[in-house]
Amino acid sequence: MLSNLNFRATVLSLVMLVVFLGVWQLATAPDVLAPQQGELSEYERLMGGGTDRTSSSGIPAPTQVFSHAFSELSNPFYDAGPNDKGIGIQLAYSIYRVLLGFALAALIAIPLGFVIGMSPLLNKAFDPYIQILKPISPLAWMPLALFVIRDSNMSAIFVIFICSIWPMLVNTAYGVASVRNDWLNVAKTHQLSNLRTAFTVILPAAAPTILTGMRISIGIAWLVIVAAEMLVGGTGIGYYIWNEWNNLDLASVIFAIIMIGIVGFLLDASLAQATKFVRYAD
Amino acid sequence: MSKGFLEIENLSQRFPQPDSNDLLTVFEGVDVTIDKGEFVCLIGHSGCGKSTILNVLAGLATPTDGNVIMDNKEIKGPSLDQGVIFQNHSLLPWLTARDNVMFAVRARWPNWSKAKRREHAERYLHMVGLDDAMDRKPSQLSGGMRQRVGIARAFAIEPKLLLMDEPFGALDALTRGVIQEELLKIWSETHQTVFMITHDVDEAILLADRVLLMTNGPHAQVAESVKIDIPRPRTRATLHQEEAYYPIRNHLVDFLVEGAKVMSAKAQEAAARGDNPRHTPRIVNPARPEAEPEHSSQPGPRMVRAV
Repeated sequence: MLSNLNFRATVLSLVMLVVFLGVWQLATAPDVLAPQQGELSEYERLMGGGTDRTSSSGIPAPTQVFSHAFSELSNPFYDAGPNDKGIGIQLAYSIYRVLLGFALAALIAIPLGFVIGMSPLLNKAFDPYIQILKPISPLAWMPLALFVIRDSNMSAIFVIFICSIWPMLVNTAYGVASVRNDWLNVAKTHQLSNLRTAFTVILPAAAPTILTGMRISIGIAWLVIVAAEMLVGGTGIGYYIWNEWNNLDLASVIFAIIMIGIVGFLLDASLAQATKFVRYAD
Repeated sequence: MSKGFLEIENLSQRFPQPDSNDLLTVFEGVDVTIDKGEFVCLIGHSGCGKSTILNVLAGLATPTDGNVIMDNKEIKGPSLDQGVIFQNHSLLPWLTARDNVMFAVRARWPNWSKAKRREHAERYLHMVGLDDAMDRKPSQLSGGMRQRVGIARAFAIEPKLLLMDEPFGALDALTRGVIQEELLKIWSETHQTVFMITHDVDEAILLADRVLLMTNGPHAQVAESVKIDIPRPRTRATLHQEEAYYPIRNHLVDFLVEGAKVMSAKAQEAAARGDNPRHTPRIVNPARPEAEPEHSSQPGPRMVRAV
């Protein structure tokens, strides 16, 4: 029954993909019926006079994107100067920034969230700051970060840090604060020290909630890194997209978009996998 | 007055009320003595403060007045000397049955090797018949099995006093019967001092040496201490054939149906008069009424005038 459902879902997914690619291919096919008019529009002149038209709309066909993706992926780590690096190198820069910023955030958010969750006083005292800082777009911090840190790479990492800290902080505090009283009584009646209670009762009890916060954080961090790299430039997948846009290489842009989706999915899936290890049925 | 193993002295609990300045007196003036190795059950209607008394003994609640002395030491907080079995098993769901017991054993004897802890835990899990379920997590166990793990965990730390708050309340009648006999078996092997709250008169008769009866709240009192004069070993199958069974059962049921209310009204009158509420439970032996030290047709708690 279930495998049958899975099978049908897979078939439907493939049908949707084929239909989508088919429509895309047809929509971007060279316009044979209406050959080029004498006058070029202003846009076409800007685009290079339409001499190198790949399609009627300028958007590359899926076949072009795939052949481009194939050539990029067959040599992902080449480095031919600041404006020409392989997609693997660019993605590696982005992943490195996301993981570093995320790790720094986790290092602060999880212990701090633990303390806030254990203490109703601190919970109330921190709450207004968290509520006000949380909704700030992480990119709004960028100018301040650039001015204070004076390093574009570190500023990007700081932006990732500041956007990943809130979901982890809030979730950790919530998870710790809502540990069942029964389990805390177990710790008390067994005369566990505060430290042992924290590590052997509260941490495993709150771990699924904490990991959910980490999963939200890494998702946001991956969303933000693209925009941050567009701003700071130099390296990374966000810079790559912006650079290819400036080169008017839309096949590269579409290819990069797909790669961003795939890497984001993998980051999320790896944390989802980690959640399985700490999840418990009540 | 001879000092028993566990001395509950003049215990009272009062709570502030939401829409009044007066405190609500749940129970007051409770004096109870429990001997070492005794199995004592406490029966009373809901809201009379049974669980509060148990939580005070566990060190999880602080009484308004009075104190509890166990083995010549005042109980001031939770400790490994008092093992607790709650109604909702309170096992840690991320640990297996064995690890749950080992968790407690480790708290009790931090210096033991892992192998020794494991062996100790498995011995107690074996006593409650869980040889095949040691590697399962609580979510993979039935309600009865979970409660058995809780019993194994509590017995494994060999506390001076074992407290049980309606441990079988959430179980179906068949499972309950089986676990009651297992509890009897493990108790007869270890001879723990046990203080247990229950709603089930038959359960109390099967398990206890003595049943404490509580009147209704507010101003609840531990009115009677009923001796269960039935020889051990007892089994569920033969319990009702005992001569003493029906007199005891009738006495307990009569108390719960009628006596608790009547005495509660009296206690409230006495409280309104400002009498000293301190009392010791009247000792009753329904199996041999002639042996009662103070036979009175009107049941009522003895008041202790001077403190």
